[in-house]
Amino acid sequence: MSAPMSFQPVLLWTDALLFLLVGIGLLAALHVRGQAPLREAWRKVGKRPTGMAAATVLGAFLVIGVLDSLHYRPLLPPVEAVEPTGEASPAASGAADGAQARSGAAANAAPGATYSTEVLSVLDALLSPLRAQTEKTYSAPFAWTLYQRETMELADGRQVRDYPRLAHGAAHLEAPAEALAGDVGARVLRAAGQAALWWAGAFLLLATLVWRGSGLGWGEVAWAMLSGHTVLAWRAALLTLAVLLLIASACIELAPYYHVLGTDKVGQDVLYLALKSVRTALVLGTITTLVMMPFAVALGIAAGYLGGWVDDAVQYVYTVLNAIPGVLLIAAAVLMMQVVIDTHPQWFDTAAERSDARLLALCFILGITSWTGLARLLRGETLKLRELEYVQAARAFGVRTPAILRRHILPNVMHIVMIALVMDFSGLVLAEAVLSYVGIGVDPTTISFGTMINMARAELAREPMVWWSLAAAFVFMFVLVLAANLFADVVRDAFDPRRG
Amino acid sequence: MLAYLLRRVLYAIPILIGVNLLTFVLFFVVNSPDDMARMHIGVKRATPEAIERWKVERGYDKPMFVNAEAAGSARFTDTIFFDKSLRMFALEFGRADDGRDIGQEIRDRMGPSLAIALPTFVLSLIVSISFALLLVFFRATYLDFWGVVLCVAMMSISSLFYIIGGQWLVSKLWALVPISGYAPGLDAARFLLLPVLISVVAGIGSSARWYRTIFLEEISKDYVRTARAKGLSELAVLFRHVLRNALIPILTGVVVVIPLLFMGSLLVESFFAIPGLGSYTIDAINAQDFAVVRAMVFIGSVLYIIGLILTDISYTLVDPRVRLE
Repeated sequence: MSAPMSFQPVLLWTDALLFLLVGIGLLAALHVRGQAPLREAWRKVGKRPTGMAAATVLGAFLVIGVLDSLHYRPLLPPVEAVEPTGEASPAASGAADGAQARSGAAANAAPGATYSTEVLSVLDALLSPLRAQTEKTYSAPFAWTLYQRETMELADGRQVRDYPRLAHGAAHLEAPAEALAGDVGARVLRAAGQAALWWAGAFLLLATLVWRGSGLGWGEVAWAMLSGHTVLAWRAALLTLAVLLLIASACIELAPYYHVLGTDKVGQDVLYLALKSVRTALVLGTITTLVMMPFAVALGIAAGYLGGWVDDAVQYVYTVLNAIPGVLLIAAAVLMMQVVIDTHPQWFDTAAERSDARLLALCFILGITSWTGLARLLRGETLKLRELEYVQAARAFGVRTPAILRRHILPNVMHIVMIALVMDFSGLVLAEAVLSYVGIGVDPTTISFGTMINMARAELAREPMVWWSLAAAFVFMFVLVLAANLFADVVRDAFDPRRG
Repeated sequence: MLAYLLRRVLYAIPILIGVNLLTFVLFFVVNSPDDMARMHIGVKRATPEAIERWKVERGYDKPMFVNAEAAGSARFTDTIFFDKSLRMFALEFGRADDGRDIGQEIRDRMGPSLAIALPTFVLSLIVSISFALLLVFFRATYLDFWGVVLCVAMMSISSLFYIIGGQWLVSKLWALVPISGYAPGLDAARFLLLPVLISVVAGIGSSARWYRTIFLEEISKDYVRTARAKGLSELAVLFRHVLRNALIPILTGVVVVIPLLFMGSLLVESFFAIPGLGSYTIDAINAQDFAVVRAMVFIGSVLYIIGLILTDISYTLVDPRVRLE
């Protein structure tokens, strides 16, 4: 390659794990297609309107999270003298699995080019107006002036104290006091039109997909979907999609001209912060379970099936871990992790990599403290399974223990793992906020719901009250956790054999 | 029963040793005392002398396990491991970074913590069980459905928002109680009202939903049908039969936390500036006072083990079929 690329892809550890998780999810979906009982269980999830609606909302959050996980470092203009960055970052070279190797290749492609030390994501690029349009300090949603009075010099040299106009919010309006409502209204109307168009497109696509192979007329299928007569609750999904599209396109229309959710203390757009927080929440909620699952499954099954000293040892380990109050164990581990990170600055090329290391460490720490519950459940279930006839028959036929565990025990406890995965998610998202408040959560530079709340918590005491950061964090978190909780309930009902 | 309890207490010892080793590894092996000193002093100002002074002040300058210079038993007692780890079994926690005795501090702060945790515990148990019983009484109606929806919605709100919102609404807008603070004696009630109320409300969602599932499982059993068939009213069935039998699974989850009430609640205490153990822990975490965090970890695990033993005993009290052997 002769010309340097205009950006250098960066693969942070959490990105790699998140993509791995998405990959596992796709593989699992393929696997489910071929297995009648699993397909039936998922069909039960799809039949419930709450399940479909919650899945749609979670899907939207996932799209934001994945977009925010495609990281890169933009190319700096060659005139600027910036210290040359190192070789391929440790994060990039560490993730050597084939699909992601492009990262290392790109780093070496242009030896002369220098890339910014600021790591951006595709979401940042899409939201670049939001990211760049910072104000001086607080401003309310849809405001055209700052929150505080400032001394300003008029053209004739006199000084007045007044609310200064915002640099970006409603800056395109001459007389915002009169024109604001009309302008916002017009834009929302246009956004609604666009959303309707998008929705119609999605509906046509979906109806065609459902229609294929159904043996009915296209119109019949489309009408059945709209009137809620389909087996799967498509209507709920379509309604949710309509609401989401409306909100999204309103934001797209309004955000370049207004601070839809206001700005925070240093003038950053709150909508941008809230959208960036989604990834942190998703990473923490899913990767924690991903890293703890192998431990929990291996140890839980081994303890339950093998019994004897293995059982004693595993039980001892999880009693010890359980005995330490969770927050304190996390605090101790995070404090120690922080010391390790602080004393080895040479490990990290960029600030993003350092805060990513802390996020990953937090996932591991939360995983280590939370696998015990799942391991105990799996141990109990395995104890029951090993006495069943088919397992005893397998043993009598001389099937080796690893084969029995893999072929007869593991598939029959997977529903517990599934349920744990979705049930833990909401708890972990909530835990992140609390831990970040206590100061043992994510790095203070990482944008997350916890850091947002932490910075905003003193703002309610101000006069007039600054409520928008808190409100934004509240609404985003509430919607995410509520969707996760509802989805988890539906999944549990569908997979738990005790709940017919 | 006594033999059983004795065995349980003996079984607790290896667990405490495990906790102790784990914290020791976390605090002294993963990071050397030099690393901790550097971080505490600040990487820029960390001269070798400053690090040495920091270590001597805290007694971290001794050898890790074996003191080759000392004679006799001091070979093993004059070490970090003995000083910082084994002494905890005698409840000697040493001094915090501000020079105060940690043991004394813990004794002083236990009161305020309990003053807030105990009423919260009792009230939320009563409120959640009553709410769950109400939902079960109206099961399969709209009231039940919307009650569960309310529970799920309440579960989805971070506890931070309950506290921030409650403080704002009750203390700032309505000005009913002070926003934060604490006073000893009966005067404390004024300060404790809001934190207790908020903790109770924040907990209703998840616990009421959990109790409801337990009650529903119980209510589908044969003995309940028998009780109805012999003409008992629904209320009598609920209170005299279902509630009493559902207590067994409820106790499993509830009794184990009773001793941990001593630890207080991190969030509530720090938001309301209550000088209990919870805010002590948070302050220690923020000031990176490792000695205090270590002491709290140890106390927490002792209390947890006491909770496990109490759970076993409570089974025999509510379920005559259970005998501890």
